Amino acid sequence: MSEQSDRSPHPIPLPQAGEGEAVSPAGDALKKIRIATCSLAGCFGCHMSFLDIDERLFGLIELVEFDRSPLTDIKRCGPCDVGIVEGGVCNAENVHVLKEFRKNCKVLVAIGACAINGGVPAMRNNIDLWDCFQEVYCYEGGLECGQIPNDPELPLPFDKVHPISEVVKVDYFLPGCPPSGDAIWKFLTDLLNGREPKLDYEQLHFD
Amino acid sequence: MKQFEFPEISRILTPILARHGGDASRLLQVLLEVQDVCHFIPSEAIDLIAAHFGVPRVNVEGVVGFYSFLSTRPVGEYRLLFSGNITDQMLGKDELMQYLCNKLWVEPGKVSEDGLVSIGSTSCTGMCDQGPAALINGWPLTKLDHNRLDLIAELIRSRKPVADWPAMLFEVVDNIHRGDVLLGQPFEPGAAIRATLARGAKETLVEVDKSNLRGRGGAGFKTASKWSLCHAAIAEEDGGVICDVGGHPERFIVCNADEGEPGTFKDRVLLNSYADLVFEGMTVGARVVGASKGFLYLRGEYRYLLQQLEAVLKRRREAGLLGETILGQADFSFDIEIHLGAGAYICGEESALIESLEGKRGRPRNRPPFPVTSGYKGRPTVVDNVETFACAAKIAEKGAAWFAAIGTAQSTGTKLISVSGDVARPGIYEYPFGVTVSQILDDCGAEGRPYAVQVSGPSGTTISWKEFDRKIAFEDLPTAGALMVFRRKRDLFQVAQNFADFFAHESCGFCTPCRVGTELQKKIMSKIASGYGTASDLEELKRLGHILKTMSHCGLGSSAANPVLDILEKFPDMVESKLKAFAFKPAFDLDGALATARTITGRDDDWAHL
Repeated sequence: MSEQSDRSPHPIPLPQAGEGEAVSPAGDALKKIRIATCSLAGCFGCHMSFLDIDERLFGLIELVEFDRSPLTDIKRCGPCDVGIVEGGVCNAENVHVLKEFRKNCKVLVAIGACAINGGVPAMRNNIDLWDCFQEVYCYEGGLECGQIPNDPELPLPFDKVHPISEVVKVDYFLPGCPPSGDAIWKFLTDLLNGREPKLDYEQLHFD
Repeated sequence: MKQFEFPEISRILTPILARHGGDASRLLQVLLEVQDVCHFIPSEAIDLIAAHFGVPRVNVEGVVGFYSFLSTRPVGEYRLLFSGNITDQMLGKDELMQYLCNKLWVEPGKVSEDGLVSIGSTSCTGMCDQGPAALINGWPLTKLDHNRLDLIAELIRSRKPVADWPAMLFEVVDNIHRGDVLLGQPFEPGAAIRATLARGAKETLVEVDKSNLRGRGGAGFKTASKWSLCHAAIAEEDGGVICDVGGHPERFIVCNADEGEPGTFKDRVLLNSYADLVFEGMTVGARVVGASKGFLYLRGEYRYLLQQLEAVLKRRREAGLLGETILGQADFSFDIEIHLGAGAYICGEESALIESLEGKRGRPRNRPPFPVTSGYKGRPTVVDNVETFACAAKIAEKGAAWFAAIGTAQSTGTKLISVSGDVARPGIYEYPFGVTVSQILDDCGAEGRPYAVQVSGPSGTTISWKEFDRKIAFEDLPTAGALMVFRRKRDLFQVAQNFADFFAHESCGFCTPCRVGTELQKKIMSKIASGYGTASDLEELKRLGHILKTMSHCGLGSSAANPVLDILEKFPDMVESKLKAFAFKPAFDLDGALATARTITGRDDDWAHL
């Protein structure tokens, strides 16, 4: 069955609090929640939006600590409570990172349109990979004129860009392009307080 | 490929546009003719057509993009579309299509390099009793096998015009195996109209009411209620009543012959051999509701019937059964026009059909208002199934008591059943309502031990062998007429997958739950079929089914999950045997998806594999 069903529905034991507010830890005895974040085939826009929670970051940092994340520059993910993944899967390296997250994180969250559906990078899915490479590297005016790079250090691209849920089991989807800072805050506080995350309609629609 | 330059397009279009006049409701009919001549709709033609009708270019583009028989890019001079219904598939459609593709050096879904031929799939063409079937430039090919495909390949290579192909390739037979009051008894054209005129319009409505006739398209709405609501409705504009040429309030009668439900082909037979009965029913309806104009909306796949139907209309006009002063009655004029569809299942939904009649994209309207009060061009409109009109003619002729004595209490009369699949004698069977499924299976010679039956097509119900005692009737198993039989050992998952593909293709794209939901459903089904399915996918299918059922704009979306949910509920082992693991598995072959890039870069290092 699904990986999540082996665990309790509320994996993070925390004192209860009202919606939208972070809880102060009851002394230093309480272990901080460990969060890892990464961006695969994304634009870091969701990470930028995460920073839009502004001064609430101070409250948050009382409760959580960051493992692998662009905020810490830690390169490898260790055991974590929550993994937040931005962007879809477009190459082999993305799969390695994603699997590392799934292996280490109790709860895995797909954040933003690209992680959930493939988003803008997936627009290349209608174009043959050969044509993509030729357009970029071989035609005049392209990069590295006439030569397709083949260094093993370069991540090898897939035929198509995939949502992360097609590669690993995902526990939560936080939609938006990007989700607003408020939506991310609501989602995180729900999760940290052991509630089933739920967004109001106003936080989901974008028209 | 022949190129079309501007002066030539103008030369081609001028007579077509002149023939159809300036009413924008003719748009779809014009486009069908342009597609016929040019094998696509050239961009310049879109400009000319938009200018002619005085509509924005995007409107014309929108219509072209909506219907699958129209295209903005050239298709082959010979466009061969294989019918993709599950019954065709069971008769070897996939293998036959590949065989022909190999013979003609063309990939499925593409146009050959010389522009001569394109080969693809289309939704059910309504020839399930004589499949595998296909359409060549809109004309139906039946009973395809390797010999026939050899001949067809030869005809295409020698560029013989389709009109000169041997007639036996196009032979469509009725296959009526059991007739009752509609198919089994003679009908004299004019009898029902005479009886209606003698009885009077109001009294005829009372008869139809007493007969308890219900719509044969599947929903089973009471026909008399529809007719009396339409009769009572009046369309107004600027404070005045909108009148027809005769000075009466304008109303319309529409016959829904967009028989798109896969596995259904009864209307094809009615229109082929009983057209008088259908037109007569429409004329009776016109008298009752006070309409002077009627439309037959003929699905594009049945275009081959157009000429003979026009001939029937002409004969009826000459006999005084259509046109001005019908049968000498001074205040009774009614005429029928035939509109062609262009390959869109959704146009079987009555409000989408009306949009299509108006020359627009076939997008279902918000209801209410219902067509009976605001239908074609905002006028009160009755839309009924072909078979309903045939029944109405019989009721007008022979009376309510005679009709109500047949069938069951809630479902009077007879029902035409289109039987296909694993049976010895596929074809049309007419039964009084209340007949059991097992009775039908006995009569049609169901092969071996029938295992499951799809009643009323993909949007209907899948029933298992345990339920064969159930009855065809609105009280138990309502049906639009399709009955597809599957013997033991048939892969029912493949059946459900075929239906899921069908709905994803036919979703009109207007509402998100259906547009996205049907596509997700198709994806998950294909994931399971290719061996990447897990238990969580089944849960996802159920959740998706609930969203489709409850959130969709029209019946297409709300029934699109039926075949999948039915198989999950009634044949869980059929699905579970496909699952490779209970825990999570990626939805595709990770290493395989890197193969192209490995070839392009020439890499084979560790990092180039997963």
